[in-house]
Amino acid sequence: MSTSLTLPKAIEDALLGANLTTSRRSFLKASGALVVTLTVAAVPGGSALAAAAPGPYVDPDFRQLDTWIVIHPDNTATFFVGKTDGGQGTGTAFRQMMCDELDIAYDKTTLVMGCTDVTPDQGGSGGSDAIERDGWPARRVAAEARRTLLDLGGKRLGVPVEQLVVTNATIALKSDPAKQVTYADLIGGKRFNVALTGSNIDATTGVAKVKPVNELRVVGLPLKRYDIPGKVDGSLQWAVDVKLPGMVHARNVRPPLAGASLQRIDESSVANVPGFIRVISRGNYVAVVCEREEQAIRAARQLKVEWKRPATAPFPASGELFNYMRRATPTSRTEPEILGNPDAAFTGAKRVIEAEYEVPFQGHTAIGPAFALADPSNGQMTIYSNDMKAYGLRNGVAKFLGMPREQVRVVYMDGPQVYGRTAADDAGFEAAFLARELGRPVRLQWMREEETAWDTKGPPYVFKLRGGLDAAGKVVALEYDACALDHNHLGYNDPETVLIAQLMGKRPTPAKGDAEAPSVMYGIPNRRMTTRVVGLPMIWETPLRTGNLRDPNGPQVTFAFESFIDELAVAANADPVQFRLDLLTASEEDTVFRRARSLAVVRAAAKTYGWDSRSSPKPGSAKGDILSGRGISYTYRSNTVAATIAEVEVNVQTGHVWVKRLVCAHDCGLVINPEGLHHTIECGMLHALSRALWEEVQFDAEKVTSVNWGSHPSLRHSDTPAKIDVVLVNGDPNPGRPDLAPYGAGEGSHKPLIAAVANAIHDATGVRMRRPPFRKERVLAALKAAGKGTAA
Amino acid sequence: MSIVKLLVNGATHEVDVDPSTPLLYVLRNDLDLRGPHFGCGLGQCGVCSVIIDGNSVRSCLLPVSAVKGAITTLEGLSKDGKLHPLQQAWIDEQAPQCGYCQNGQIMTAKALLDRNPNPTDAEIRTAMEGILCRCMTYYRIQAAIKRVAHGTATAAVEAAQ
Repeated sequence: MSTSLTLPKAIEDALLGANLTTSRRSFLKASGALVVTLTVAAVPGGSALAAAAPGPYVDPDFRQLDTWIVIHPDNTATFFVGKTDGGQGTGTAFRQMMCDELDIAYDKTTLVMGCTDVTPDQGGSGGSDAIERDGWPARRVAAEARRTLLDLGGKRLGVPVEQLVVTNATIALKSDPAKQVTYADLIGGKRFNVALTGSNIDATTGVAKVKPVNELRVVGLPLKRYDIPGKVDGSLQWAVDVKLPGMVHARNVRPPLAGASLQRIDESSVANVPGFIRVISRGNYVAVVCEREEQAIRAARQLKVEWKRPATAPFPASGELFNYMRRATPTSRTEPEILGNPDAAFTGAKRVIEAEYEVPFQGHTAIGPAFALADPSNGQMTIYSNDMKAYGLRNGVAKFLGMPREQVRVVYMDGPQVYGRTAADDAGFEAAFLARELGRPVRLQWMREEETAWDTKGPPYVFKLRGGLDAAGKVVALEYDACALDHNHLGYNDPETVLIAQLMGKRPTPAKGDAEAPSVMYGIPNRRMTTRVVGLPMIWETPLRTGNLRDPNGPQVTFAFESFIDELAVAANADPVQFRLDLLTASEEDTVFRRARSLAVVRAAAKTYGWDSRSSPKPGSAKGDILSGRGISYTYRSNTVAATIAEVEVNVQTGHVWVKRLVCAHDCGLVINPEGLHHTIECGMLHALSRALWEEVQFDAEKVTSVNWGSHPSLRHSDTPAKIDVVLVNGDPNPGRPDLAPYGAGEGSHKPLIAAVANAIHDATGVRMRRPPFRKERVLAALKAAGKGTAA
Repeated sequence: MSIVKLLVNGATHEVDVDPSTPLLYVLRNDLDLRGPHFGCGLGQCGVCSVIIDGNSVRSCLLPVSAVKGAITTLEGLSKDGKLHPLQQAWIDEQAPQCGYCQNGQIMTAKALLDRNPNPTDAEIRTAMEGILCRCMTYYRIQAAIKRVAHGTATAAVEAAQ
C-alpha cells in the first residue's frame, strides 16, 4: 500500500482537478514521493491520495500540522482546508492568508478543499463565515509551520532564529544572505510531526502568533481567482463530469401532487426503453436507472405510476398564502423583545405610522439541478458532489445507509452555485441509496421541473410595523411583528429530513424554524419586537420545504424594516440618508465599532452616488413615460456593515422597473482580496435584485406551478444596471490597527438591496411597494391604484 | 442505435447512439466534453450552448441526427494553446462566479461578435438575453464582451485595483 499511487484517473482528477496545472501535477508527483518514503497512514491526506486502496477513510487530525500543510521537495506547498468555494473566491483568499503566514509565494502553492478524508473538518461553507471564522485557524497553522521551519533552519545553519530572515520559502542569514536553506531542504516530502492545540477545530493553534496586518504582503492583493481559467476554457472537471467504470444513470420520479402516495408502478411501461435497468422504489421514493443518461430521462417520463391524492389539501394556493399565514396558529413564538416603554411612547407620539409587508416563497432555483455520483466500490461509499457542507453529507449518508462513517467519504468538486441549497443535499443521499441498491456507481441529476418545484425555499414572511414620531420628526417608538412560514425548517444534511427520507416515511420531530427580528443599530429608545412561526397544513413530502436560502431571513426582514424606516423618513419629511445618519448617531450600540463603521458606509454610499439632500418622493416631472428616483437601505450582518443605493427608472405606462445604477458601500474589516470581494458584493446585490424584481414561487392547492424559467422568471442580461459602484470602506476608528479582523462578505450586500429598490420606486413614483417581486404587472396595478398609471 | 458522424472542434467522431438523443448527452458522455452543461433540457437557460455553422444552438434539445454542420464547443475556442480573446476577457474581467453557465455565455458572445464585431450595449443585451446566470455575473459578462468588442477595460476591474 505504501508504494502505490495508482489512482484511478477519475479519482485523481477528482481530487486534484482535471485542469491540472503544472503545480498541481507536480503536487501529485511530489505526493507520490511522500507516499514512497513514508507510509500512507503517516502522510497527511495520504489515505485519500492513495484512494485506490479501499478505506477506512479516517478523519484527518486537525491537531496535527501535517493535516493542514505539506511542503514538497520542489519547495512548493499544498494547503488543506475544510471549506468549499461556490465561486466567491474563498479558495484564493485562503491561499493568500496562508501564504502570508508561511512566507511563500502565492504561485508556489495549491489548495485542496472540502474532501472529507483529505481535509480537516471545518464544516464546509455557510453563514458567510469562511474567512471571518475559519480563516483564523488556517492562518495560525501556517504561522506555526513557518515557526517550525525557522527552528529547523536555525539548527541547520547553526545560528539563533533571531538572525534569520525568510523570503519566499527560503531561510537566510540576515548578515549573509548567501547562507540559506529552503523549506524543501528542511522538510520537503517529510512530516512536520508538530502537534497543535485547541479545544475544537476553530481554536486550532500552534505556538506562533499570526502576523500583524502591516506585515501582510499577499493579503490585500487583487489576485485573480485560480478557478476561473478552467471554467472558461472547458478544462475544469466538474462533479457532473466524473465518469466511473460501470457507472449508470438515474432520474427521480416525483409525486405529481404534494403528499401523494404511491399505489402502483407499471414497470412494463418502460420495458421498451433501451438500456433500461431497474425501477427502484421505497415508500413514495421512485427512481429509474438506465445505462445512458438520455435513456434514464426517457424512462422517468414514460414510467406509469399511480398516485393517490392526499385526503386534505397540503397547502393554500399562493394567492391565499399571506391571509393563511396571518390566521394560522403559531407553532412557536419568541418572547417579546422590549426596550424602554413602547406603549407610553406611542401614546405620547405626535404621529403614528403603520405598514404591513409581505415576502413570498423564493427558491434557490440553481442554474444546474441537484447532482451527485455515488460509488459503492469495495464496500465503501464515495460521493462526488458540490455539497457545500461535504462533511455533513458524509455523516448524514453514513447514518442514512447505516454504514460506519469510516466507510463513507465525500469528494467535493465544483458545481452550480449553492447558497444553502446543497446544505440539504437531496441528490447526495439519493445517489448513495441507489448505488447501494444496485451495487454499481450511480450518477443522478434532477431535472429542471423537479429542481424548481422541489428545491428548498426561503421562508415567506408577513410583517406589521408601527412607528411613532415626535413633533420634531424623531423616532420615539417602534413596534415590529414578524410571522414566518418556517415550521419544519430543514436541517443540514439531516438523514431524517432530506427529501428521500421524507418520501420513505421518516417523521422526526419538526425543527421549529425561525422568524427573525431585524438587526437594529438605530437609536430608537422604545421598541417592541415580536416574532412567530407558522406551518403549512402538510409539512412532510411537500415541495414547499423551507431551508437556508442565502442569509436565510435577512433579505426578507431587511426589506420590511428598511422600507419602514424609509416610510418614517417620508412622514418626517426628512432626507432618507440624513434620517438614517441621525438614527445611527443616536445609537449606543458599538460592538466592533459597528456604529462608527455604519456611519462611514452610509456616508460613503451617499458620497459615491452623489446624493443630494431632499425628502422623498422626488418632486418634478416625468421624462415621457419614465419616472426616476433613488433609494437607500442600510444593514449589518454579523460584523459586516453595508449601505446600498439603487437608482430606478419606472415606466408608468407598463410598470416596468429598471434599476439603472447600484452603489454599495461595504465594510467587512480586513480585505483579503479586493477583486474577489468586489465581485462577491456585486453578485450578491444582483442576486437580491432578481429576488426584488422577479422571483416568487407560485402554487395551486396541490403542487408548485413555478417549474421552469418560463413560469419562474429570473434576472436577465437586460435587467443589468448600467453602472455598479462598489466602495470598500474601512470605518474602524483606527483603520491601521495591527489586529484588524476580516469579517464575512458572502451575504452582506445581498441583505439590504430589496428595500433600496422599493425605496427608489417610492422616490420615483410616490407609490410604496410592500411586497416583492416588483414585476411590472404589480407595479402598474399599484400605480393605477394611486391614480398614477398612464396606461389605458 | 445507429452510427452518427459528428464534426466536433475540427475532429470527426462516430458514435453509436439512438438518433433522437439530444446532442448534449453525446458531447458530454460519449465525447467527454466538459464545456456544455445540463441546465434545463428545455432550451430556456442556454448553458448547453454550442456553435453550429456560426449560430449559438441549444444542444439539450437538438437531436444528434439533425446536426448537419460543424460543431464548436467551449473546448474548441482556443487555438494552438492560445485562449480565444473572449476567454481571455472573461479571465481579465474575472467574470464567472460558480461558472456553470459560462459556457453558454461565452459561446453566445462568440456567435454575436462573429456576426457583429462592434455591437452596441443594447445589441449585447439583446443577444445575451436568453442565457441565464444564477450567480448574476451579467455585469461582468457584458464588460468582458465590451472589452473584446471595443478593446476597453472596465470600471469594475479598475476600481478593485
